[in-house]
Parts: sequence; structure tokens; C-alpha cells
Amino acid sequence: MESGNVLEMVSITKEFPGVKALQDVTLKVKKGEIHALVGENGAGKSTLMKILSGVYPYGSFSGKIILDGEEQEFKTINESIAHGIATIYQELTLVRYMDIVENVFLGHELRNSNGSINYDKEYSVTKKALIEVGLDVDPTTQIIQLGVGQQQLVEIAKALVKDARIIVLDEPTSSLTEEETNSLLNLLRRLREKGITCIYISHRLNEIFEISDSTTIMRDGRVVHTCSTADLDENTLISHMVGREMTDRFPHVDHTPGDVVLEIKNWTVYNPEIPGKKRLDNISLQARKGEILGIAGLMGAGRTELALSLLGVYGTDISGEVILEGKPIRHFSPEAAIKNGICYLSEDRKGKGLVLGMNILENTSLANLPALSNRGVINANEERRQAEQQVDKLKIKASSLEQLTGNLSGGNQQKVVVAKWLMAHPKVLILDEPTRGIDVGAKYEIYTIMNRLIDEGVAIIMISSELPEILGMSDRILVMHEGVIKGEFKYGEATQETIMHSAIGGSKQ
Amino acid sequence: MNNEKTNKKSGFSLRGTNARKYAMVIVLLAIWAIFSILTNGLFTSSRNLSNLFMQMCTVGILTCGMMFIMVTGNIDISLGSVLGTLGALVAVLIIKLDVNPVLATIITLVTGILVGLWHGYWIAYRNVPAMIATLASMTAFKGITLGITAGITISGFPELYKQIGQGYLPKLFLKDANFNDTSLILIVLISIAFVIMDQRTRKSRIEYGFKVSSVGITILKEAIVCLAILAVGSIMVSYRGIPVSILILMIVAYIFNFIANKTPYGRSIYAIGGNKEAARFSGINIRRNMLVMYAVMGLLTAVAALVYTTRLNAATTSAGQAMEMDVIAACVIGGTSPAGGVGTIFGGIIGALVMASLDNGMSLLNLDIMYQYVIKGLVLLLAVAIDAQSRKKGN
Repeated sequence: MESGNVLEMVSITKEFPGVKALQDVTLKVKKGEIHALVGENGAGKSTLMKILSGVYPYGSFSGKIILDGEEQEFKTINESIAHGIATIYQELTLVRYMDIVENVFLGHELRNSNGSINYDKEYSVTKKALIEVGLDVDPTTQIIQLGVGQQQLVEIAKALVKDARIIVLDEPTSSLTEEETNSLLNLLRRLREKGITCIYISHRLNEIFEISDSTTIMRDGRVVHTCSTADLDENTLISHMVGREMTDRFPHVDHTPGDVVLEIKNWTVYNPEIPGKKRLDNISLQARKGEILGIAGLMGAGRTELALSLLGVYGTDISGEVILEGKPIRHFSPEAAIKNGICYLSEDRKGKGLVLGMNILENTSLANLPALSNRGVINANEERRQAEQQVDKLKIKASSLEQLTGNLSGGNQQKVVVAKWLMAHPKVLILDEPTRGIDVGAKYEIYTIMNRLIDEGVAIIMISSELPEILGMSDRILVMHEGVIKGEFKYGEATQETIMHSAIGGSKQ
Repeated sequence: MNNEKTNKKSGFSLRGTNARKYAMVIVLLAIWAIFSILTNGLFTSSRNLSNLFMQMCTVGILTCGMMFIMVTGNIDISLGSVLGTLGALVAVLIIKLDVNPVLATIITLVTGILVGLWHGYWIAYRNVPAMIATLASMTAFKGITLGITAGITISGFPELYKQIGQGYLPKLFLKDANFNDTSLILIVLISIAFVIMDQRTRKSRIEYGFKVSSVGITILKEAIVCLAILAVGSIMVSYRGIPVSILILMIVAYIFNFIANKTPYGRSIYAIGGNKEAARFSGINIRRNMLVMYAVMGLLTAVAALVYTTRLNAATTSAGQAMEMDVIAACVIGGTSPAGGVGTIFGGIIGALVMASLDNGMSLLNLDIMYQYVIKGLVLLLAVAIDAQSRKKGN
């Protein structure tokens, strides 16, 4: 171990069934520094941090974790906490109906000699910690009354109470206002002065340059570059983030775009959970027949929310216009969208796409039951015929239509969801991360299907976080950043660097 | 179609073809065998089994509605109380107020639907948890029953009206035979109808070019089902015929089985229970479906109330008490998952038979009521534990 390093993670390799999430990753963090960890979605940052915090226990990966010169084998989250590692997740993990004191000591309550909770002592400790993080509220306040920024401070106070030496922050500013972000960054500087080490995961380059001492860049489960942040500039960083070879993985066909099918004008949507915060700001776009419109952006850019708002399941105070084939849409619901021919394939295959306890047949017809029915009775033969057609067309590998979708591989599951939407005869097909978590072969097949649909005159909107996919498949590319469209490119015009530049809200070149 | 596909099995019934279905029938037959031995054959006499079927009728009807509710992951614990109120209502209308029985029946059925809509509104549109919304009704309707009956038992339905709960299908031609000819005809007709429908399905599948089982196997399957229908039917034919209440249960069960397997509504119910979000994103209107579901439950509660009240020929203040527990138990024993997404009408009816058989058999054995409660409780616990275990394996 090099002197001055508080943490070394050496040669970490972690495999999930079929995927190498981390390959021989080594991360060295100096004591008392703010160490930025950057990379695209799926680069392995979160997986690495889950190994550090004990979410993935010792033995489920290979490699070593060395903390202050001693090798550690964390089998549970509590063991890593006991060694002074605190992780603050993007999704805050506070109990909303408990007060700050109860949350700070949850699971580690201070006790009186008779075993009851010593609330008074907890209160005074919490109060001190709150002053330290600069949160000026009474410790007996319920979490639900706090804003997101304040909740984050409570999380940090909780870490301090546990004597955390290393605090991991995963995208801490993604839901904060500018003011809250600034005060958080100031707090991190103060903590640095006290010798607390911080690992900072962020997509926002300006924050990284503003606050971090060192930067480690990950890509595709490997560390590609580590250096002092002072030695980095925006362009080098971006090229390290995306610098992979474009191979012939994309069957791109030149399409001739036809008429505009779907037009969105001045679409503004507010976040239903944070009053007054815009989630989508004045979005205008056109999707044409026979064209793949790629929407790129980093996590939290608002791409999924854009799709969900068109289905009427996300957002408040929505303003703007949606025009389908020249006619404005007035009613927004999943039901109405399907009737209008707008189909949305969710990024969350298991959560929102499939009923895993149902078989292929039932899942395939689920969005199309009214059309398959005569006088309220499903035409079972017609249902089966159409399902078989789709299964054949999409080459879904299964023993029978009766196979439960829960038992299929990821790629085949995704094809079943695609089959469901194809059966509904879409005019506009919105594909949200269509190839997430599926193998290369299945990806290629999904791309081929997309090309075929374009030939059939469908307008495809593809939301994707994978830059090669965006570049390889889209006829036109829109880049979103924090609810705003930051750039538009034609096929062949864009490069990974230019897209990433817009996606992180980088300064205009 | 490629070769791989032509090998696919052609089983059409969606949730029906599981081993569990047969296992439940075997469990039921085992229970019958045990009781039969313990009671020297008294349990399996035509007379006792006919009684048993009539005893399970009310629970059986309610089970058909509850199965749907539990499949969506919800519950209705007000069934017993509401049944008591609706029974009191029809008794007061006919016996006390001399209302035309047909009109009284319609009023009761409509009231049942309104109660169901009331539940559905709070649960689906006001996001009140089903347990709480129906708990509120459980209490409230006890009070309403007391109000309607003024705290006393109302009895003495007209002779004809009583037949709903007590009567048997009348003999049609052979008035003096020692079996019920109408019932025999009905059973034969049901068997023929089954064969015709099965053949029609097969033909239609052939037209679509699907693989079907060979003629021999089809005939064998049809023969087995017909024999089963005749076997069960003969129990009742050789006693006093098919009870009217059982006929009602058979019709209800047929309709609900049809809804569950063949209609978009039924499919939606399973989808909501299996994955609410996926159902929503597939354009299924969850709220409206749930509202309809509770309205239907209300209607069934009214039907069950008519059968129950006329069988006892009286509306009492304690009628229906804790009946929801038997209904929930029947569903669960019949394979309906308390977690939602899974369940069959067939299973629910078998579950109701299991519960009624335990009641009936233990009573025949003169087992202390104390043991009866304990044993029924343990059976329910065991059924849920088995469900949880099989689920774990599935994952």
C-alpha cells in the first residue's frame, strides 16, 4: 500500500450471469481527498461502490479491499459501516415518517442501562452533527417535512455520527437546485479540511472540476484513466469516457424520412415530487415516418420522463402541445396512447414491461386485447395465431407459447415486450433503452427489427444511454441535458465526443 | 411454422393445466375417504353428500367473486356482514312488507351491486386499502342488519320462495321413480354440451392450422370428463335430485370461469395482480376494472344472501358472521395466492368443498367444536405455507 492512501481496491473483478461488470479494477484514494469517479451509465461505478459498501459481500467478487493498510472482508453492509464507510445513494434511504434523530440512529440506537433508547443523548449528538453539516432545523423534525437537499444533509450528518472516514456520494446533486448544490459542495470542502475522504460520483463535469482533487474514469467495467484533476481538461475527460472503438455492430440502413407523424411543441413538465422544479423545459421535437430518432443523454436528463408524460403517467402542470398526424392529442393515458398508436417500450422490462407470472401468449396480447375480442370474448385462436406470428418474426426462443416469461433470458424477454407492442400496430414506437441488459446477439436482432419496422412505415423514437447505439442506429439524434434539448445531429454528423459534450451540458464550442 | 414449433403442446387452458389442480382433487378425495372410513360410510352416502353440497353452496358462490379480488391482490372482509344485511333486507321485504318476491329479489340484487360499487369507489378511486374499506363495512353493516331486523329473527318465507335454498329440481316425468329424472336429464345434457363444445374448439383449432391432440386422446379425455360429471351427478340424482342452490352455484361458477379464461376483463384481472405497472402500461384501466370487480362481488353477495337466507328460512342478526373467513380459506386452499396474480375458479370451488367437508365430517364424528375450529385453522395455515414454499421455488 502506498503511503497516504486511505483506500485501495485492487484488481476487483465482478461477474453477473453472462456479464463482466468489473474487470480488474483498481482504485486508489488518498486520505482526505475528494476523489471523483466518472463514466457513462453502466461503466461500473455503482457496482464498484456496492462492493466497497458490502452490498455485494466478500466472496462474490475477486480482488482485495485494503483500508488503512489492512485487508478487509466485508460480508455485510454493517461491517463496512463499522469500518467508517458511508454511502449516500441517489435514492435517499431515510424513513419518511420518522424524525431526524430516529433516522440518524436507526439500527444503532443509543441505549440506557435498562435497554430503552436514550433519546436525549441521541438528540444532542444529532444536533451537533446538524450544525456541522449546516442544516438549521430542529432534530425532531420529520423527514417528510424536509426538502431533498436537506434530506441529503441529514444523510451526511448520519454518516458523521457514525464516524465515517470515507463518504461515497452517488450523484448527490442530481435532484438539487443550484443553491443547494453550492452549499453541498461547500460542505464537502469543509469535510475535506477535517480529513474526511470523499468519493464523488457525478455526471456533471463542472462540479468535478470545481471540487475534486483526483479523478478516476471508468468505461465498460474497467478503469481507463486515473490522474490528478488539475491535469485534466474537459475534452480529455470526455474522450476517456467514450473512447471505445466503433465496430460493425450496427446494421445501419439509410432511411428516407417521410411525413411528420408526431410533433411535440413547447412541452414543459414540472416534477411532481419537487414543487416548482421543471423536469422538462420547453421541449420541441418532430418524429417522422420511416426514421429512427435517437434521444441521447445521461441518467436523469429527463428522457424517460418525456416519454412517460406523453402517456399521462408523469408530471404536473404540463403545458405545450402534442400533435399526432396533424391532430392535437388532448387526452393522455396509456390506454389513449395505445389507441392513438403511440406505444412505449419501458426501460424497466421486469417492472413495467412484463407480467413475469404470465406466459408468452398472454404477455404478447396484453396491450391488444380489445382488438382480439368479439363481443367481450377473446378469440383464443386469433390470439394464438398472432402471437405465433410475432414469436416467429422476432425469433423468440422458447419451448412453447405457454412458457412463463419469468423463465426466459433477458434478450427473449425483451423480444416478448417488443412483440406485445408490435401486435398493437404502432404508428410511433418509443423504445426506452431497448437493448439494456441483453447480450450482443440479441441486440443485433433488436436493431434488425427496428430497421424492418422503419421499412413498414413506423416512426421510432429510441431513447438510449449507449452512445455507440445512438450513433450507429439513429437517423437523427437529439441530446438532452436536465430536461432541455441541448443539441441536434444528423447521422454521420455526430461523434461520441460531441454528443457527450451536449449531454453533460458542456459549454458551446 | 418451423419444426421446433410444431412440437409445441397444444394445451389451451391458460392457468388450468397445472399439477396443482389434480393434487387438490386428490386431497379432497383423500379427505372424503378418511371421513368415510371413520364414519362407516355415512359420510359418502348420497344423502350426506347432497347436504354437504348444499352447505358449501353459499361459500362456493362467494368464492367465485373473492377469487377475482384476491387475484388482484385485494380482499373483501365485509362479505359476511353484507350477506347478513342483504338477507335481512329480502326477509323484511317479503315477510314483513309483503313485497312481490320478484321485486324484492331485484331490490336485493341491486342493493348488493350498490354496496360493491361503494367498496370499489373507495378502494379504486380513493386509494383506501381494501382491508380497511371493507373492515369499515364489516362493522357498519352489522349495525344496519340490527336496524333492519330490529334485533329479532325474521322467518317464514313463502313455500315457493324457500325452494331457492332448500328445494330440489322437481321430477318431470317419472314422479314415482326412486331417482330424480329431471336431474338425470340435465346431467346428460351437460355432458353432451361439453362434448359438443370440445369438438367445436378442436375443429376451430384445426381451421387455424394448430396442432390438436389425436382423435383417440380427445375421445378419451371427453369420456373421462363425462364420467366425472355423471359420477358427481349420480350422487344427487339417486337422492332427491339436484338442489336448486347447487344449480345456481354451477351457473355462477361456469360464468366466472368463462370470464377468468376467455375475456379481456378476466385477463386484465390476472395482469393487474401479476404486475400492476405492466398492466397499466399496457393500457389497462386499473381503477375501472377494480370498480367492476367489487360491484360484481356485491352482486354475488346478494345471490349468496338469497340462497343462505332461504335455506335457513330465516334472517337472523348473526347471519353470515365470519363467513368471509371460510371464503378466503376456500380461495387459498384452492390455490389462489394471497400475493395476487394466481388463482382459478375450479380451485376455489374445490377449496370450498374441502372446507365444507371438514365441517361436515367432523360434525358427523361428533368432534368437539373446539377441535373443529383448530383443525380448520391449521389446514388454512398449511395451505398458505405450501403456497409460499412453491412460490419460493418458482423464483
